[in-house]
Amino acid sequence: MSTPLTIALSKGRILEETLPLLASAGIEPVEDISRSRKLLFETHHPDVRLVVIRATDVPTYVQLGAADLGVAGRDVLMEHGGDGLYEPLDLDIARCRLMTAGVVGNTPSRARRRVATKFVNVARRYYASQGIQAEVIKLYGAMELAPLMNLADEIVDIVDTGNTLRANGMAPRELIADISTRLVVNKASMTMQHERLKPLIDRLRDAVQARSEARLQEVES
Amino acid sequence: MTISDRWLLPDGMDEVLPPQALRMESLRRTLLDTYYRWGYDMVVPPPVEFLDSLLTGTGTDLDLQTFKLTDQMTGRMMGISADVTPQVARMDAHSLRREGPVRLCYCAHVLRAQADEHQGGRSPVQVGLELFGHAGIDADVEIIQLVLTSLSVAGANNIHLAIGHIGIYRALMEAAGLDASLRHQLFEAIERKALEDIDGLVDAGVDDASLAGMLKALPRLHGGAEVIDQARELFTGAPAPVMAALDYLAQLHSRLVASHGNVALYFDLAELRGYQYHTSMVFAAYVQGYGQALAKGGRYDGTGGAFGRPRPATGCSMDLKLLASLENSEPPVDGILAPSLDDPTLQQAVQALRAEGERVVQALPGQDAWTGHRCHRELVVDGGQWQVRPMANNG
Repeated sequence: MSTPLTIALSKGRILEETLPLLASAGIEPVEDISRSRKLLFETHHPDVRLVVIRATDVPTYVQLGAADLGVAGRDVLMEHGGDGLYEPLDLDIARCRLMTAGVVGNTPSRARRRVATKFVNVARRYYASQGIQAEVIKLYGAMELAPLMNLADEIVDIVDTGNTLRANGMAPRELIADISTRLVVNKASMTMQHERLKPLIDRLRDAVQARSEARLQEVES
Repeated sequence: MTISDRWLLPDGMDEVLPPQALRMESLRRTLLDTYYRWGYDMVVPPPVEFLDSLLTGTGTDLDLQTFKLTDQMTGRMMGISADVTPQVARMDAHSLRREGPVRLCYCAHVLRAQADEHQGGRSPVQVGLELFGHAGIDADVEIIQLVLTSLSVAGANNIHLAIGHIGIYRALMEAAGLDASLRHQLFEAIERKALEDIDGLVDAGVDDASLAGMLKALPRLHGGAEVIDQARELFTGAPAPVMAALDYLAQLHSRLVASHGNVALYFDLAELRGYQYHTSMVFAAYVQGYGQALAKGGRYDGTGGAFGRPRPATGCSMDLKLLASLENSEPPVDGILAPSLDDPTLQQAVQALRAEGERVVQALPGQDAWTGHRCHRELVVDGGQWQVRPMANNG
């Protein structure tokens, strides 16, 4: 097949941790992605090219077939809805937790709760499953500010170290989901390109395996 | 509303303009002629039905996809058809009541309440085939052959056919006997082929080691025909319906290789599309450059049960708008331009040409814009006779 496989990568922290994995699976960009303002990158593998986009756009690119493969956080996938995508491999990077959080000492009322988040769909589903009527307010950043300014009673956000929460007098409350990073594949590509995709996914799986073994040895020694 | 947004169409509703509308219509005719030659009878389903009959035995997906309105004559809820297949199944079970195999085809506008990114718009034109009354592999092969023929007639090369069998998942899940919540989670994880999630759920809910191994293997079994043999080994000791399904797939594979050697076959034993509706074999056809399937189908035995007459059934459906987009050749410039003249001899000449099948475009008095008529000849008087001549400058 002449058309190269396209992999959509999430900008930012996930990208930094994805590139070494791709490299051990034999896919390296011909130039340094972090130093370039380009969005589309060739790799040393003639069959593969990379696009670097916002994390929230990755599922859309892969779902609609603009990219064959993608790397996206579970948080983004849960928010987007997984229709039309396969998630055959957990890359075991950028692990964190999706949680509710609020101001320390405040007990939220069960009756009606105002929730600030960028994960609107996840938040709606979560509060509904808990039997809590929630009024979801979509924000694009700095969730921690919303309860302080009395914009919301609670937030739903990614918690990594919890430092930002603590610095703003807040604490995590309930765990919604453990988050990691997934390799996603377009369904049509999986059907039409499986002869090229299967070995690629297997190499990535080996790379993930090798790295987790290396981590284990580090811990033991 | 201001003048500037009066042209705006609702989300997902599109109009089809020339020359695409012509391509669509000529493809529609070719397809229906093909189905006629294979012995399929045309049916025209009603655009609107009472919800009770429209949604009987179809599951929640179709309910969400159906536009609803109230019948002001009876006060009952009606739905605008979002999928023709259940309507045709009702016709077979209730309206026709023929014995033995019944072959039906249709081409109808449907409306979808939600724009599905993968179906394009909310107003597809659904064209499809249904074969009722035969439970064997020959009926399925016939439907698949017609799908492949339809796609190549529409101009598709390099067709990839993905085949699955819902019976395998059903039998394994029945043996596992999980509770509803776990079953639902596992179903979703298998649909996403999220291997890590599947392994976790199976470890948590299935005690039988051999059954657990089979459920974990299921989403990993996709690829070429070798998958069927791998599955035979991995599923040794599985419930009988699993082995029957694998035998069926192997048989289907050899039949299709013999009749359509140029089609790439892909087997996915964990494909669960249309689980609420399909009973065994399912398939989807893909073409390079399209991120979604161009044709979908499979077996849905027992249909018509809600109307008192369960029947084996197999069929397929396609979106005519999507199929017509495979071809982008320009329509021919083949017309004859006739002058604007009130002359009985000219009218006779024009009528004679049209009767021969020529496309004759007559100019109108005072016409000065000449775009889009696609004529390369004109009618001129020569020695008192109307003659067809090549046009001096193509307009």
